[in-house]
Amino acid sequence: MSDVKYSKEHEWIKVEGDIGTIGITQHATEMLGDIVFVELPDVGSSVEKDGNAGVVESTKAASDVYTPISGEIMENNQAIVDDPGKINSDPENEAWFFKLKIKDSSELDSLMNKEEYDKFAKESGN
Amino acid sequence: MEIKKTSLNKLHQDNKAKFVEFAGYEMPIQYSSGIIEEHKFTRSNSGIFDVSHMGQLFIYGDENLTNDLEDIFPLDLKNLKLNSSKYSFLMNNEAGIHDDLIITKLEEGFLIILNAACKDNDFKILSSLLKDKYKMVMDDERSLIAIQGPKSVEILNLILKTVADLNFMSGNWFTYKDQKLYVTRSGYTGEDGFEVSISNELAEVFTNELLVNGAKLIGLGARDTLRLEAGLCLYGHELSTDTTPIEANLKWAISKERLNSGGFIGSNNIISQIKDGAKKIRVGIKPEGRLIAREKTKIYSESEVIIGEVTSGTFGPSVNGPIAMGFVDQEFSKKETKILLEVRGKKYPANICGLPFYKKNYVKGAN
Repeated sequence: MSDVKYSKEHEWIKVEGDIGTIGITQHATEMLGDIVFVELPDVGSSVEKDGNAGVVESTKAASDVYTPISGEIMENNQAIVDDPGKINSDPENEAWFFKLKIKDSSELDSLMNKEEYDKFAKESGN
Repeated sequence: MEIKKTSLNKLHQDNKAKFVEFAGYEMPIQYSSGIIEEHKFTRSNSGIFDVSHMGQLFIYGDENLTNDLEDIFPLDLKNLKLNSSKYSFLMNNEAGIHDDLIITKLEEGFLIILNAACKDNDFKILSSLLKDKYKMVMDDERSLIAIQGPKSVEILNLILKTVADLNFMSGNWFTYKDQKLYVTRSGYTGEDGFEVSISNELAEVFTNELLVNGAKLIGLGARDTLRLEAGLCLYGHELSTDTTPIEANLKWAISKERLNSGGFIGSNNIISQIKDGAKKIRVGIKPEGRLIAREKTKIYSESEVIIGEVTSGTFGPSVNGPIAMGFVDQEFSKKETKILLEVRGKKYPANICGLPFYKKNYVKGAN
């Protein structure tokens, strides 16, 4: 999937036109452990690249979710709020976090492709 | 300081443990199946916990030792039967808690199981209080393995015949591969189970036998969710030198006879707190919805006055919802009292509730 990009904070973004769908990577879920709570940004709110865009909590700890791209939140995924376990079972597909209207598509240039991200995740080990 | 490893460290690695440092030891926080599955497996089957980082303190002595220990612990030790165990605490003069512990009467003295983070300090305090009159051994030649959950009795009985005859909170010596093990029927998960004190050299082969018979290794992560569901205190969270057993709602652990007569360290403060009431008290807290309130979350009354703080909070896998414990001002401690929890700058509704969150499955009580 060439239209998916990755951030160093372990988020993925799938771009379709000017809409980006964002979630956290499989690698991130493996580090977090069982996810039991998620808080998502409100529809209509604006988020800034690398800024806070929600929270995930595992049985162990709370972690911030960052957005890899700036934009306006168009939709958030209530299914993972109701059943956060979905994030562990299908993080890079069904358990997306939110969709946003991309403000500046040049921000995508700083993100990694799949191959670069896999290498980054393996080397960083965290 | 170099990190310490228990004698099961290699077995943890072989079972793909994720490690954390805990009280100077490299300990498994979870294995590959994850905290929720490990938690549920313990509740339905049998979980093995390496708790070898905890202190196993043997104190040798006769009636003089019993008398001296009664000056320290709020227990009726003279009437404690051979091989019976009691939950208790080591306190300072103001009844603040240095540590919570399990003390067991042995033929030649007492065995005290201490928290890993406190054991060295406990040893110093006890040596000084006992004026070095008795032989005290913090035995790091022995491992401590807990096996917890409803199938544990059946599994352990295959290896140590007659272990099933032990009553809750009592123990005995057993023989395994020509060595002596001390086994107590106890634990800290809210389930029936055992704690096995075994030589370091046999710990791994013994644990492998438990594994072959269907038990699974469980990490400290699930140990924490299990004890919190069971409403049990954890040192460094609910218990500290700033908290008394009365405030921690542990009056049940103080022997009635000793409450009347006093004469143990901290007894003055305990007796006066029972008479006048403690200002703060430990309670169970059930957040509404799925919100998790972690340790140090501020607790407010409905009128938004600060009334306390959360000491432990997580998601309870068997309760299938968030749970917490904390301390609140006495007047807000009644069940069903509505409170507010401040998480990430916002206040969320919660209710004071009874403990435990999850009903215990202990076998018949010994006393």
